[in-house]
Amino acid sequence: MNQTEIINKLPYSTPFLFVDELTDISENGVSGNYTFKVTEYFYKGHFKENPITPGVILTETMAQIGLVCLGIFLLKDIISSEKTTPQIALTSNNIDFFLPVLPGEKVTVISEKEFFRFNKLKCTVKMINSKNELVCRGTISGMIR
Amino acid sequence: MTKQEIIQKLTSIVKPYIQNEEGFKNISENTDFINDLEINSANLVDIILDVEDEFKIHIDNDSMEKMMSVKETVAIIQAKMNA
Repeated sequence: MNQTEIINKLPYSTPFLFVDELTDISENGVSGNYTFKVTEYFYKGHFKENPITPGVILTETMAQIGLVCLGIFLLKDIISSEKTTPQIALTSNNIDFFLPVLPGEKVTVISEKEFFRFNKLKCTVKMINSKNELVCRGTISGMIR
Repeated sequence: MTKQEIIQKLTSIVKPYIQNEEGFKNISENTDFINDLEINSANLVDIILDVEDEFKIHIDNDSMEKMMSVKETVAIIQAKMNA
């Protein structure tokens, strides 16, 4: 299953799809990126006249690239044969934030698998900006089938 | 290891993941992880992984599906430890 096929299998769409491109994917992890458009809906209110990407959206971006794309890759044999979209539930996350992300910025997510067993995928995930600075990092887990 | 020792270890493994305090206070062989302790499916996986580490055994998918209560879990732990 290639990058495009994985992205097409994602159960999200605009304005809640935060994956542009996957640059590397294997059984052990995934890297990908997303550029936050200046027109994203949440900038209008976060914050008033001071648009900054919300931490929950950064977490969502890390989960979509780092957990869901990797989960689809790991389940590729089942997902491609049944022609279904995967069922996903975020079950826990623990993220520390270091730098803000402004409208128009491109971020890269790098995720390493800790384990995938009994349909639970747990990853160590970090996000860096275009200057290679650490934006946030932590662990995210979800159930995927 | 006696059944009581296994139950004791299992009780401390389960503790961080329970939602139902009353169910946990009354934990017994008949306790069901989901119905009585309200443990979610993701934490059920954490419990299985902790059981593997604690008892130095490997749990396969078939066994995992059966491990829904204290009684069934103890039986599988005993079977794997004696295998």
